[in-house]
Amino acid sequence: MATRAVEVVYRGIFQRTLARNIVRNIVFAARKDGKIGTAFGRYSDSPERNGIPAKQFAIVSDTALELEESLAVYEATAVDVTINLDDAMCKGIESWAWYGLQPINELTKPGGTLIVTSRQDAPSLLEDIHQKDSSYDLAIIPSTVSFSGLWVYKDDHTDMRVLGAICKVCPDLVSLKAMLVSIQEQTGNEAKVSSAQRAFDRTTSRPVEPGEGNTETPFSFDMPGWKTMEEGLVIRALPQGGGFRGGDEGYQPGRSEVFKKWSTRSMRPVINFDTCIKCTLCWLQCPDTCFDITPDGLYDANMESCCGCGVCEAVCPVPDCVTMVGEAEFNDNNSQWDAWTADKDSYNKWMIPLVEKQKSEVRTHGFHHVGGYDEEINAEED
Amino acid sequence: MATVQTKLYEKESEELISGSEAIGIACALADVDVITAYPIRPYDTVMQYVSRLKADGAFDFDYIIAESEHSQFEIVKHASAVGARTFTGSSGVGWFYAFEAITVTAGLRMPVVAMVGNRALDDPGAFGVEHNDALAVRDLGWHLYWVATAQEALDMALIAYKVAEDPRVLLPFALSCDGSFLTHSQAIVQVPSRDQVEKFLPPYKRGKLQLHPDNPITVAPQVNEDWLMEIRKQTDEAMRRTPEVIKEAYEEFREIFGRGDPSPFIEEYMCEDAEIIVVGMGTLAMPTRVAIRRMREAGKKVGFLRVKFFRPFPAEELQKALGNAKGVAVIDRDYSYGSPSYGGVLFHELRSTMYPMDKRPLMLNFIAGLGGREVMVGDIEQIVETTQTAVDTGKIEQETTWVAVRE
Repeated sequence: MATRAVEVVYRGIFQRTLARNIVRNIVFAARKDGKIGTAFGRYSDSPERNGIPAKQFAIVSDTALELEESLAVYEATAVDVTINLDDAMCKGIESWAWYGLQPINELTKPGGTLIVTSRQDAPSLLEDIHQKDSSYDLAIIPSTVSFSGLWVYKDDHTDMRVLGAICKVCPDLVSLKAMLVSIQEQTGNEAKVSSAQRAFDRTTSRPVEPGEGNTETPFSFDMPGWKTMEEGLVIRALPQGGGFRGGDEGYQPGRSEVFKKWSTRSMRPVINFDTCIKCTLCWLQCPDTCFDITPDGLYDANMESCCGCGVCEAVCPVPDCVTMVGEAEFNDNNSQWDAWTADKDSYNKWMIPLVEKQKSEVRTHGFHHVGGYDEEINAEED
Repeated sequence: MATVQTKLYEKESEELISGSEAIGIACALADVDVITAYPIRPYDTVMQYVSRLKADGAFDFDYIIAESEHSQFEIVKHASAVGARTFTGSSGVGWFYAFEAITVTAGLRMPVVAMVGNRALDDPGAFGVEHNDALAVRDLGWHLYWVATAQEALDMALIAYKVAEDPRVLLPFALSCDGSFLTHSQAIVQVPSRDQVEKFLPPYKRGKLQLHPDNPITVAPQVNEDWLMEIRKQTDEAMRRTPEVIKEAYEEFREIFGRGDPSPFIEEYMCEDAEIIVVGMGTLAMPTRVAIRRMREAGKKVGFLRVKFFRPFPAEELQKALGNAKGVAVIDRDYSYGSPSYGGVLFHELRSTMYPMDKRPLMLNFIAGLGGREVMVGDIEQIVETTQTAVDTGKIEQETTWVAVRE
């Protein structure tokens, strides 16, 4: 096999070191197999923003000439393996490096593999993952998504497990033997070697047929040419907002139809409208102006523009009125206020257990308390 | 003088590093004394890397983070005057902000080595590669070299010190590295041992030009028209001497380290019998070589010539290499608004180079890859086709073509 390409899709800054470890180790290990490779991040993702979907690549070839051949297109347009380090990105990714929403499997070649680290099962993930015209394989590494806060690398062996899984799903890329030797040399840590070995042993994949998956059409954007663009670097601003959903009451800001940034989100706020005291703090503090003021004076988080930062939860003075909940629980960006208005009882029946569950699972961008690291490592290793 | 405290680079090794990191390692191997820095993408990747080498204790040097690019370049100029080996660099408009210091560095014959992480000039703010930033020093007495691979970045950084510090030359040296393609992608690089480098690179000795209490001198007096032309002529002569020094240094490098193209000035790829030759600089080589191979397989007589040194401009080598071609397609990753035929900088230098020849190829200019846009294999094939049409009809329809620009 001449050349194999791997892309790692990760959360900007939060998972940067994790992604870098994966692509570098692929190239190191391939070197042990006598191959040559290169590792690089998408230049246009950088400087990275917290949580914005970003990519790094590893390209491996048998010979330098073949490597050059594949690098004639610097940024891969098709990859043998796509690795998704946060299952929320199965819903699609919009980075500031491109325009519109890109399906997570957009670059996955026919017959290639999409590896996802997730606690969800395949049918659940496929509700989010967009359908493709060709078949490919889906492999899941059962694990809590690896997050540990800004610039902090959470050494929870996610990288090692991904590396083990890659050897299983794409043996042409690099042999397990070379990978284990390389991990040993790079880290000097036997536990890491065994994590990779175990992931190799356990990883299975299932085929995804053409047309299987999310049938929504991702939003897209046509870029204008030089004859149609305004001169002098002028960009027309959005019209100011108006009443809620175009009505006379409430308020809703103007929003872009083609730049939404919700794929940055790995958690979203869930609102208990019955307990809201209309203090305005979530609306004021939201850095993305994502709260719409409803005619009855409540605040409806608009899921097309929420990037999941959690500021609303932090500033809300009412216990459990705003709770950040993992994206895995949702399959759409529908309005919570609409659901609540339509049927308050069923909304609350859905919302209250979800909030309770979130409290016990504590899904965050980092550790909530000292000792969280050891707990998670032990849980993952079981 | 800085001393190196660890045993790093005691033996030859193989590293997975970017072009910027390769230059950082070259600085360590060259035992650079003073590095100044001010962050701007993509140059900042080398800044980060030398910081790390210093923090790891792998490389000891005086590290000065200036408050602006202007001071950054002023400081290395002064350090160079007292005999310190120096390194600095910048990108895009950061490089432009340092311009006053950049021009005096050459005027005072300070062999500063700088890395230019090529970046589009603002506005619009953009991080991608364009060559206009580095090209702006082309008239000032700096060596200007375009790197294509991380390995070449390391090798040329070592050669740069040897050439710039040669008493026959004493002119600064800018290593131009395409943003992203070179500064941010990691490739396998052979890192030489410290011993090999010591064999190749002598210490920087400024001799009687060194600013030192034991050698009382004044540097940089104000002058009038009675003096200036002679001073300019000295710099001109130094630039005229440098090609020989480059050749010597390059040969010696090849002997000690066992790698490098035959010529330090240009890289010829399948040019020997080529009727059409594509010319470009930097990492453009990657897609172009692939395109050339594909077109050769289809029976087309095409070649690629990479201009490595832009200053000194290798006119003789280029006349020889391009003299037998029927058509030459010059790809500029830059522009020169309002220039003859509204073309790029490289194109004008080349057309001027070929003018004295009895037999001249048809020369066409293509503006491509601005702001980091990828130049694709298909683009190169189209460029060759356009040039072929000019050759076949003997007529140039359009001197300058913008490639892959959305209408």
